[in-house]
Amino acid sequence: MKVKVISRSVDEFTRERSQDLQRVFRNYDPSLRPQEKAVEYVRALNAVKLDKIFARPFIGALDGHIDAISCMTKNPSQLKGIFSGSMDGDIRLWDLASRQTVCQFPGHQGAVRGLTASTDGKVLVSCGTDACIRLWNVPNTSLVESDDSTKSTIEPASVFVWKNAFWGVDHQWDGDLFATVGAQVDIWNHNRSQPINSFEWGTDTVISVRFNPGEPNLLATSASDRSIILYDLRMASPVRKMIMMTKTNSICWNPMEPINFTAANEDGNCYSYDTRKLDEAKCVHKDHVSAVMDIDYSPTGREFVTGSYDRTVRLFQYNGGHSKEIYHTKRMQRVFCVKFSGDGSYVISGSDDTNLRIWKAKASEQLGVVRYLPCFLHYLDLSEIINVSEHILSIMWRCLFHTKMNLSFVGLYTYIFFTFIYDYFVIMPQILPRERKKHDYHEAVKKRYKHLPEVNRIARHRHLPRPIFKASALMRVMTDAKKRKEDKRKAHSAPGSITTQPLRRRRIIKEVE
Amino acid sequence: MGKNEENDALTKNKPATEKDILAELELKMKKYLRGESANLEVLKDKKLKGQLAVKEKLYGKSAQAAAKAEKWLMPSEGGYLEAEGLEKTWRIKQETIAHEVDISSSRKQYDIILPVWSDVNPLIHQTVQQHITPTLSIKSMQLGPYTLDFTSSGRYMAVGGRKGHLGIVDMINLSLIRELQVRETVRDVVFLHNELFFAAAQKKYPYIYNREGTELHCLKEHGPVLRLQFLKNHFLLATLNKFGQLRYQDVTMGSMVGNFRTGLGRTDVMQVNPFNGVVSLGHSGGTVTMWKPTSSAPLVKMLCHKGPVSALAFHSNGHLMATAGKDKKIKLWDLRKFEVLQTLPGHANTLDFSQKGLLACGNGSLIQVLRDVSGTQNYSRYMTHSMVKGYQVGKLIFRPYEDVLGIGHSTGWSSILIPGAGEPNFDSWVANPFETSKQRREKEIRALLDKLPPETIMLDPSKIGTVKPKREKPTKQEREAEVEAAVEAAKGMKLKKKTKGRNKPGKRVQKKQEAVSRVKRPYLEQKIQEEENMSRKKQKTSEGVELPKSLQRFARKKASS
Repeated sequence: MKVKVISRSVDEFTRERSQDLQRVFRNYDPSLRPQEKAVEYVRALNAVKLDKIFARPFIGALDGHIDAISCMTKNPSQLKGIFSGSMDGDIRLWDLASRQTVCQFPGHQGAVRGLTASTDGKVLVSCGTDACIRLWNVPNTSLVESDDSTKSTIEPASVFVWKNAFWGVDHQWDGDLFATVGAQVDIWNHNRSQPINSFEWGTDTVISVRFNPGEPNLLATSASDRSIILYDLRMASPVRKMIMMTKTNSICWNPMEPINFTAANEDGNCYSYDTRKLDEAKCVHKDHVSAVMDIDYSPTGREFVTGSYDRTVRLFQYNGGHSKEIYHTKRMQRVFCVKFSGDGSYVISGSDDTNLRIWKAKASEQLGVVRYLPCFLHYLDLSEIINVSEHILSIMWRCLFHTKMNLSFVGLYTYIFFTFIYDYFVIMPQILPRERKKHDYHEAVKKRYKHLPEVNRIARHRHLPRPIFKASALMRVMTDAKKRKEDKRKAHSAPGSITTQPLRRRRIIKEVE
Repeated sequence: MGKNEENDALTKNKPATEKDILAELELKMKKYLRGESANLEVLKDKKLKGQLAVKEKLYGKSAQAAAKAEKWLMPSEGGYLEAEGLEKTWRIKQETIAHEVDISSSRKQYDIILPVWSDVNPLIHQTVQQHITPTLSIKSMQLGPYTLDFTSSGRYMAVGGRKGHLGIVDMINLSLIRELQVRETVRDVVFLHNELFFAAAQKKYPYIYNREGTELHCLKEHGPVLRLQFLKNHFLLATLNKFGQLRYQDVTMGSMVGNFRTGLGRTDVMQVNPFNGVVSLGHSGGTVTMWKPTSSAPLVKMLCHKGPVSALAFHSNGHLMATAGKDKKIKLWDLRKFEVLQTLPGHANTLDFSQKGLLACGNGSLIQVLRDVSGTQNYSRYMTHSMVKGYQVGKLIFRPYEDVLGIGHSTGWSSILIPGAGEPNFDSWVANPFETSKQRREKEIRALLDKLPPETIMLDPSKIGTVKPKREKPTKQEREAEVEAAVEAAKGMKLKKKTKGRNKPGKRVQKKQEAVSRVKRPYLEQKIQEEENMSRKKQKTSEGVELPKSLQRFARKKASS
């Protein structure tokens, strides 16, 4: 007879000392975990609910301007710098980390309508309704104290005066040209007070301009005659023109697929186009209930942000027909400009209420390690700080045991020590590896069960301000009615006599070459 | 001859080749793959096909990793009992096993006979197969029969004597944590989600106690309960009372989730299927019904025996059910097809499946353990044990993660060794016998977060998250049959007898014809609609066809052109 039974000694399965980690044994047998699918479903549901609970996208408002903010631009060489221009001619450079103005650029008489920075981040170009272009040397922010009292003002490096008011400006991605728009499209060089080239197609005002990030000589403009025009600097005349039913307020190229651009339209939709095929939009991004004023792509090219006249900021997938996120506050007014931060994790919006607002790009994301050290501690190594702290601790113990110092004195020392440490290490919540793993797991189960009605419903639901909720309901009724009418007309006409255009084509009037 | 033997020995001792290991891993992977992969060849959508192929690859990888972990990382191996020569495993006695195994294992064999006359703790009498003969006067004070329950990790045991003796025992160091005497009939005990709480079905109501023996709740709504079951994933306490009412109570919120009248008489045969959380009841008419808390009618009602059902048990894989009836039969059922797999002769008052699939049957003072030798669900005798002095077996329950069978009998409880019964490797995050109190606290929170809603109880729990199959259109014949049946029903309708004059045979015939046409109408309308659709489609397709030139002037002109 051979016999063996399961026999476990307690020592083998428990830890020896209390300092040891608890031992963990795994057995992945599915029969030990009954109803695993149901459990996963419940976890997915909880994960989606947690997402809702932690969706706190608003980080802060930057106030300082005294009139509506009309334009913004990122500082390409620095993550935390952003320039903003307002309707009263004020231009400011902001430090997003400390949420303060670093410096001001005074000079414009009327509204600043366009701002752009050169790719190296050294030159800022601004233009406005006073028919002036000003070039500024951007100060190095690390040298400037973030103290309020020393807020500096800067003189423009050069001023170019021109014949008509400007509506926008954009800098070439690779090179030192920039384009301004107004009555016509002008191409400028940093060093010359006259435009080196001018384009014109039609008589209406051109209102926005964007250079292509992939091909430095290509640029797209939109004009108030509802057209979108493509220019190539190597050619004498514009390349293509496309006329839509409504005006395009702003254009942004997809930085990862530079053949595609998205146009923010006056009718509340955004239209993604392929440059090679302008007779049909690739995708129509619906959801805004009023004119879309500005648009900016994330550096990843997977999503973009739009600001609208309906007082909301929305985030879209690059191929999504509806927005995945809507941001609004009670105090935010008409949004005139929006920007994605350089790392794609924040969104900045500027609105009529004179404030810039910082939002998280993922509403419920837990932000990672932020370790803040004042400037003069940069040269101090971490190990040195630990040495210092150990030294102080040892002094304390010596005091306690040898000199028989009374305890209140020790308490005082401890207090000093901890304030010392605390002052130099303000450690924000940090995502530990285990937590990261849990987030990943939640993401996975959410993805797996996203099609289930309950999960889908919770994930999709957004609270809307009442006017927007009502307006979108109204718009839905209108489109439904239109569709019904068309269906009826179709049903009562000779078959094939009426054809419906898809929305992707419907809003385009014609394409001109 | 000798050389041959030597060769055999050599081949046996040879280390496993890579091929063997791969084959073994392949076999183990099957369990972790959770079924066959979908057939992607039939898909037309290339993108979807690619995405699914990536997913399938990922599943394969994770299954392989799990199989490798099982092969190389598991700390312990399962128990076994092998007969040599003329021996038979069922003739091997507990004493012989006790001599062969290590001391700590042999300590798991004991008989506890209650009450004991000495004032020492009863659990100190853990002598193997020793028992204390109660004196006559004490015999009349017997507290049994006893019923038992283990926590999911097998660490703690709750015992309940019929005469009101309740206790909790720590099975690792064999110490009594708490015992109390409620001076009332106790019919069943069950642990809630961990060892801190247990419920006891007493004379009039079930009660919930904590580990210290403090009464926390009296569940008056349930009435005189005969059987208790706890659904661990759902935190539901299911009870079956004297009047045949099945109730589900959520123990976290206290809400009554379900309250159903079975309508099949009094019974005390109740078992939860751990695979899907469905509660099964065995009735005196020989039927077994299966219930979920969200429907008042049973999910399944099957006639299992020609006589009262006396016991029920479920295999942990969810596909196998064992029932025992008073008709001297023990039957094994395939729950996927609801068919009998095997019928064995014999009585059983109590049945239980172990984690590894052994089936224990208790009848009178005899215990029989059956085993599925070949893996073909063909159960045969594995071990037998008879209680000393004819103590009557009341309850059999395998201890999880151990090769131990707990027996509640008329005078106390016993424990015997059944090699190969338990799962040798536990998972610390599922059920940990060596759990610290901190781990227990954390697990409680986690379990509460993962608490399943009662709607997730269904016969096939893998249905969650899958797509309902598309209903196919009824065929022409089926539709005709349906119409015919409806017409027949209309013809067979009995007409009221009306007053004279209105009851003319002509009128009656007319009325009948009207009824028939009324019934036919929706079908006809549907048919006409379909025909219209068809003709429209045909028209559309025929438009493309070019007419001969001479006929073109008669064709309908397009409005747009």
